Amino acid sequence: MKKRVRPSVIFIYIVLIFWGLTTVYPFIWVLLNSFRKKGLILSDSFSIPAGKAFTLENYALAGERADFKNAYLNSFIISGSVTIGVMLLAGLAAYGMARYRFRGRNLLYSLTMAGMMIPVFSTIIPVFRLEVMMRIAGTGNRWLSLLATILPQVAGNLCFAMVILMNFIRSVPIELEESAFMDGASVFQIFFRIIIPTAKSSFATVAIFSFLWSYNDLFTQSFFLRYPRDRAITGLLNEISSQAGVNYGLMAAAVVLVVIPVLVVYMFLQKNIMRGLTAGAVKG
Amino acid sequence: MQPTSTIYKKKAPLLVFLIPAFAFLGVYLFYPFIQNVINTFLNIGGLGRSADGANTPFYMNYAELLRDPKLRTALKNTLLLTLCTVVFQVGIALVLALLVDSIHRGARIFRTIYFFPIVISATALGLMFNLIFLYKGGMVNQMLFSLGKLHTETRASGRMVVDWIDWKDKDHFMTTMFLPVIWQYVGFYFVILMTGLSNISEDVFESASLDGAGGWQKVRYITLPLLRNTLCTCLVLAVTGALKVFDLPWVMFGAGMPEDRGWLTGTYMYDQTFNKANIDYGSTIAVLIVVLGVVLSNVSKALFRQTDDY
Repeated sequence: MKKRVRPSVIFIYIVLIFWGLTTVYPFIWVLLNSFRKKGLILSDSFSIPAGKAFTLENYALAGERADFKNAYLNSFIISGSVTIGVMLLAGLAAYGMARYRFRGRNLLYSLTMAGMMIPVFSTIIPVFRLEVMMRIAGTGNRWLSLLATILPQVAGNLCFAMVILMNFIRSVPIELEESAFMDGASVFQIFFRIIIPTAKSSFATVAIFSFLWSYNDLFTQSFFLRYPRDRAITGLLNEISSQAGVNYGLMAAAVVLVVIPVLVVYMFLQKNIMRGLTAGAVKG
Repeated sequence: MQPTSTIYKKKAPLLVFLIPAFAFLGVYLFYPFIQNVINTFLNIGGLGRSADGANTPFYMNYAELLRDPKLRTALKNTLLLTLCTVVFQVGIALVLALLVDSIHRGARIFRTIYFFPIVISATALGLMFNLIFLYKGGMVNQMLFSLGKLHTETRASGRMVVDWIDWKDKDHFMTTMFLPVIWQYVGFYFVILMTGLSNISEDVFESASLDGAGGWQKVRYITLPLLRNTLCTCLVLAVTGALKVFDLPWVMFGAGMPEDRGWLTGTYMYDQTFNKANIDYGSTIAVLIVVLGVVLSNVSKALFRQTDDY
């Protein structure tokens, strides 16, 4: 039995619940006020909006003023592609790096480690220029703009993903691969039929942090997604926050519309999400 | 290291494994990184345009870094933010982790709740905190009002005037900017520290109890030393994380509000590049951010040096 700190247990729970409230209450406050009639937010924001104070206006307005459906679609295209791209490129490279012995391997390893330290601030300007030259960025074409966002985001997650997958593949006993090889499997078959299934949990980790990182990123997106129909969720929110003026109900509704789907996914996948996001610290 | 298996003697497939990723990294990470350093010496007229020759003198942007008062503000704020994140984020997370570790019921619920803000985009949180810190009718002001903490005055006409606090003015903006950033990531370090705590063997505590160690003594002499490596990781992550902060302050404060006091290195770099079209100067700030990151993460690693001996 663990018995370490013991001032009164009640005190411990009070502290823990207090922090829990600071986390939960702001969301509840925003949720309540998203259903409150215009004007009442300012005078009476703590009561439950019932009867006359209750309204769905804010949501109707949010739906009318901002194209959430389109922004969600863009977000999923971007983050989905980033996730697939990262898993594929990182998986192949990690396998090669973990299993083969070759000249220059240490150099590539050092490059990967260094790559993790490069912040997006320091690459974005040349990347923008490069993509303008390749006619991907700044063309006004929606799909190209999405692609222009996807590519640098893949690069931003790739090194980290490679390190996690490399560490995992290295710990897999090689016997499995050898027996498959005896049965006549090629290295590519080994990769797809043995490595990927065995490293499933590491791939899940990589997928989760790539997806969330990309989904939540505002910096890269704001460089490449300039037109309203290109906008992904974070860009849309940024737009609302700068244009809604004093329409606080609209802002509250917008926050709720973005938080709810994430909350639902979080409820189902929280264990994997925690593992995914803390993978770098605990070492995969 | 494992000896090379016979499967991996033939090197040809290796090209297929390595070339896609490393070619991609070359084009999208390493080349831009180097080009960005070169850009700091060039004169670039607009985002996406090529350079119109070199700057005269070539180190112009670096001289500007030293002169620019807004950059000094940004740097000061960022360093302060880094310090606050290290102290409060990791500090609060440590206290919470030790407390949760000592209880028997509800640990999972606390974990779920504390971690939740991390999955929400900072943009949404920024919008939420804009509402919470609203001048008139924001959650914080209304709470303070109902607690009677705000100065009120009754006019001759009988109308009551409340002295609402402007949370974004020059006296309060630091709190308003730092609190959400710190608040969001406490759960992250909490989960990492919980993992670290669960790795400490029970036997150590039992023998300590037999030796008559009390609760606080066990924390001080057993838990904290054994948690040292995990704490180091958290501190280094907190330092490097604080340097990357952009979204939340950008949504809440935009371009350096109030009165150019609210800049961070990230938001200032974005503003110079995107809104002021000072491309080569923006690149220079980015180089500064990289240097800062390398220096600070090495300093913090040296300060809280990871040890393997326990």
